[in-house]
Amino acid sequence: MSGRVLLVGGGLLVVVALTLGSTFFTVSETEQVVITQFGEPIGQAITRPGLHVKLPFAQEANVFDKRWLEWNGNANQLPTRDKKYIWVETYARWRIADPLLFFQRLRDERGAQSRLDDIIDGDTRNVIANHNLIEVVRTSNRSFERAEEVEDVMEAEAMRQVELGRDKITRLILERASRVVPDYGIELVDLQIQRVNYIESVQAKVFDRMISERKRIADRHRSEGQGKSAEIRGKKERELKVIESEAYRKTQEIMGRGDAEATGIYASAYNRDRELYRFLRTMETYRATIDKDSWLVLSTDADLFRYLQSPGAAGPSGRSPKR
Amino acid sequence: MTNGGGSFEPEEFVRIAREALARLRGSRRFLLLIGAAVIFIATLGSSYYQVEPDEVALVTRFGRFVRTSNPGPHGKFPFGVEQVQKVPVQRQLKQEFGFRTVRADIQSSFRKDEKTAAESLMLTGDLNVATVEWIVQYKIADPYKYLFKLRDVEETFRLMAEASMRTVVGDHSVTELLTVGREAIAAKAKELLSNLCKLYDNGIAVQQLVLQDVDPPELVKPSFNAVNQAIQERERAINEAWAEYNQEIPRARGLAEQKVEAAEGYAVDRVNRAKGDAQRFVALEEQYRKAPEVTRTRLYLETLSAVLPAAGKKLIFDEKAKGILPMFPLGPQAEVKP
Repeated sequence: MSGRVLLVGGGLLVVVALTLGSTFFTVSETEQVVITQFGEPIGQAITRPGLHVKLPFAQEANVFDKRWLEWNGNANQLPTRDKKYIWVETYARWRIADPLLFFQRLRDERGAQSRLDDIIDGDTRNVIANHNLIEVVRTSNRSFERAEEVEDVMEAEAMRQVELGRDKITRLILERASRVVPDYGIELVDLQIQRVNYIESVQAKVFDRMISERKRIADRHRSEGQGKSAEIRGKKERELKVIESEAYRKTQEIMGRGDAEATGIYASAYNRDRELYRFLRTMETYRATIDKDSWLVLSTDADLFRYLQSPGAAGPSGRSPKR
Repeated sequence: MTNGGGSFEPEEFVRIAREALARLRGSRRFLLLIGAAVIFIATLGSSYYQVEPDEVALVTRFGRFVRTSNPGPHGKFPFGVEQVQKVPVQRQLKQEFGFRTVRADIQSSFRKDEKTAAESLMLTGDLNVATVEWIVQYKIADPYKYLFKLRDVEETFRLMAEASMRTVVGDHSVTELLTVGREAIAAKAKELLSNLCKLYDNGIAVQQLVLQDVDPPELVKPSFNAVNQAIQERERAINEAWAEYNQEIPRARGLAEQKVEAAEGYAVDRVNRAKGDAQRFVALEEQYRKAPEVTRTRLYLETLSAVLPAAGKKLIFDEKAKGILPMFPLGPQAEVKP
């Protein structure tokens, strides 16, 4: 008897628990729920987090994420308008804006991902194909800062004016893709070009170009060094000449001044008695010029020998030179 | 364990416990006790949580966010009614791009592979290619947004950082990237990333973005090094020229100075000698004027008597005698005393 009571009681308890479990459901901060009754959506989506109630068993809670969800594109090989082949990787973030519509059109996230692949990849391809590579790479027309005077080694292609730039191109792709996705209950919240790279064959060419650019820069540095050092050497030569010639001029001036002064002094002294000067100077010259290799040929008529033959001869002084 | 102050051997304790269990076994009270104990422990275990000093905890009740708890011990409704998610808000977090730190130590070791290479390879504004490695340091400023706004917040953050960095690098030349532009690029990329965080409302505050190794691609590296070498060569050529200049110019100046000084000396010498000579002449002349005849004769004869002995050969002839004259060898011995 008591066993049967226990069995019925237990059964009731299970039924109550199952009913309660199917009546109450929680919605977390990250979730939104669409209630369906026998597969048909009922009312608006529930976005308020907390404990909620529904009809047990007949109604079903379909949970969707409320957060921004990921969509990461594969790298696509795309041609630009100027026929450059590049790898482009984009990513986007989206959210389920209308869970009911989303539920009806796509059922689940997997469906959404494949639809987004189609839409975003297609729009990316179209937009990239309509613009030059430089538009995808650069954002603005800012001029590059010059570190080592390399301005004219740049490719003409890289110097081209940017009309839109990466930012606007990204916006363009986002805008185009955003036109379609609301039909699926999706809102595209952001899209970014994550990576742009050359395809391998183009990259090899770019490397070659970079190498030749650097070679040109290196050559310029080298010749600049030679030029500057020649300039310095020239300056040195010039200054040497200046220094030397100035020194010559100064020494000549100074020596001339000395000579002039000395000449003046001599002149004013010797002018007192020119004859005496000539006489003294002649005497000095005799002393200086006659040595033991000299021959003296003297006539007895000379004044010196006046007394040689007769002591009484009258001389110019009238007296014997002997003291 | 120490019941009543006495100490038990472990075996004895087990024995006593076993006896106590045996007494209870089979009774209804025992079952109830076990059930109560299990419920009690489960309740206690799921009502208690502890928050570490660098974290905060976000509590949700039936999935709805109700409160944030700061570090320390806390209680909550048990059995999944309230759930706790901990977020390290105080910790400075870091993401690495282009490399991974395998082990951070005094000498950290890094790893690079195909995946990180793809992260670092990018196009520059002059359509060249460079590899850029960088890190982003950030904090979780708003744990609510961090947890509930985006599904894969960390991975999304990485993508945002890559997009920002490539946008900025795409607007700079490779030369800027490698030399003068590094700081500006890092600052601009940080700004872009912060703006994206604001747009995504992901609760992350970017604190620092630091460029690490920035290199030209491996194949191109040697030619970049060649440029550096050329710069060195240029500097060396210029320095050498200046060295020559600095060596020769001061020497030439010194030599010039020397010549000028010597000329000064010459001039002074000339003038002094002239003055001396003049003085001497004047003095002589003054005395000479007093007795010109005799002085003149004296000077003449004095000179001759000095000169004649010095001459090696002397030849005296008489004009009145025709032909060669007898010679008077007035040798050095035959002095004529004045």
